[in-house]
Amino acid sequence: MDKKTVVKVEDVSMKFNLSSEKFDSFKEYVIKSLKNQVSYDEFWALKHVSFEVMQGDSLGLIGLNGSGKSTMLKTIAGVLKPTEGVVTVNGNVAPLIELGAGFDFDLTAKENVYLNGALLGYSRKMMDGYYNDIVEFSELSEFMNVPVKNFSSGMVSRLAFAIATIGTPDILIVDEVLSVGDFRFQQKCEGRIRRMMKEGTTILFVSHSIEQVKSICNKIVWLEKGRLKKFGKTSEICEEYSKCY
Amino acid sequence: MSRYIQNFLKFNPLLGELVARDIKIKYRRSVLGVFWTLLNPLCMMIILSIVFSNLFKFDIENFPLYILSGQVIFNFYSDSTSGAMSSIIGSAALIKKVYVPKYLFVISRVFSSFINLMASFTALLIVMVATRTELHWTVFLVPIPLFLLVLFSLGIGLALAAITVKFRDIMHLYNVFVTALLYLTPVIYPMSILPPWLYKVVMLNPITNILMMFRDVMLENTIFNMTSLIIAILESLLSLGVGLYIFYKNQDQFILNI
Repeated sequence: MDKKTVVKVEDVSMKFNLSSEKFDSFKEYVIKSLKNQVSYDEFWALKHVSFEVMQGDSLGLIGLNGSGKSTMLKTIAGVLKPTEGVVTVNGNVAPLIELGAGFDFDLTAKENVYLNGALLGYSRKMMDGYYNDIVEFSELSEFMNVPVKNFSSGMVSRLAFAIATIGTPDILIVDEVLSVGDFRFQQKCEGRIRRMMKEGTTILFVSHSIEQVKSICNKIVWLEKGRLKKFGKTSEICEEYSKCY
Repeated sequence: MSRYIQNFLKFNPLLGELVARDIKIKYRRSVLGVFWTLLNPLCMMIILSIVFSNLFKFDIENFPLYILSGQVIFNFYSDSTSGAMSSIIGSAALIKKVYVPKYLFVISRVFSSFINLMASFTALLIVMVATRTELHWTVFLVPIPLFLLVLFSLGIGLALAAITVKFRDIMHLYNVFVTALLYLTPVIYPMSILPPWLYKVVMLNPITNILMMFRDVMLENTIFNMTSLIIAILESLLSLGVGLYIFYKNQDQFILNI
């Protein structure tokens, strides 16, 4: 099978200004910029990271807290624009970054299904087709007319997972979301991710559980303090990673 | 260019959902619901016309209609621009996590204000019928000033939204500005009471021009003249152009500041 590159990350660096909060007021900004005092503490969350993901691959991102995993995912999802370098993405991305980010907690579950569908670029008509599937998968059929603010966190993440994984996106971004819900639901989610992989979806997976990464991913990007430490096959890197920590 | 259009088409459903959400949330748990959009301007009109026809006497026939028509236009402007101003900050949680074209949040606010405008416009029509004011065929020209007003407010809203992300002061400042603007627009007073120098200042306000066009076709049974139409078109396009430019230049920085 001829595989094409779906995600290409070329020499990406991402810079944050740590003290940008200081200039909340216009007056201060004008005065300081006149005095030429606008200086920020720079922080490079990512530095010269490059890798490629082929279609059907499932890529795991590992590393300690603050190593730049989430920043990396955000640049791929198009939320952040890299300071340097280029991220090329071929295909539509379904972001699972923090489940429930798109929910409006005053709306009912049903209304949120349509709102979130629209956030992923699905029309109302298409969502009608998926609606039953979402209700069934999230096991929330009795609660669909309840405002989401009254949901438990487990219920929210079940609903969010069900919405984000409708259809077959080209790329699915999973950021430590399998750690929510009970054991049985986690298995159900994993099952769904596997089914999507079979249908050719590329998975980008972030987790602190090396076991989960091992069981789902075939390639790994290992980040350390914003730099790419290793990129390669799961079996090789996992061994080294376990030794390190 | 085609990429932008494609992107817009993909997220077109989202625009509808965002507008629906704004409206739903606004009237959830209220007994009368959407009727409030109709009732609100009516109540305001009653209060204002009682106050102003007893305290200050202006030489205007059918004063309630005069006030209401002014309110319909000005409330839309102040509603849509202040809504748009906070739209980006209010959607911070979303913008940080999912890729969505950011101008959609601004447009959706302006659109939901426009739905309110339609409701208060209905209120205006109801009052006109109730007071047996004649409706003339010129009413059919009303979409022109309304459309220009939407374009103008959208431009201002885009610029405000982008600047507010960086400087939160604007939010407080703008409230004061809107109040000042209200008195620089002939909403409650007639143009004829103004001294010449103030007359010029009030005429410089783009909303004055649009409001006068609106009153011309709604109440005065005349068609606005060509000059004011051209001025209104130019002002709206300029506002939209500048707004888009400021927004486009700053939108990649939003996530770092919200």
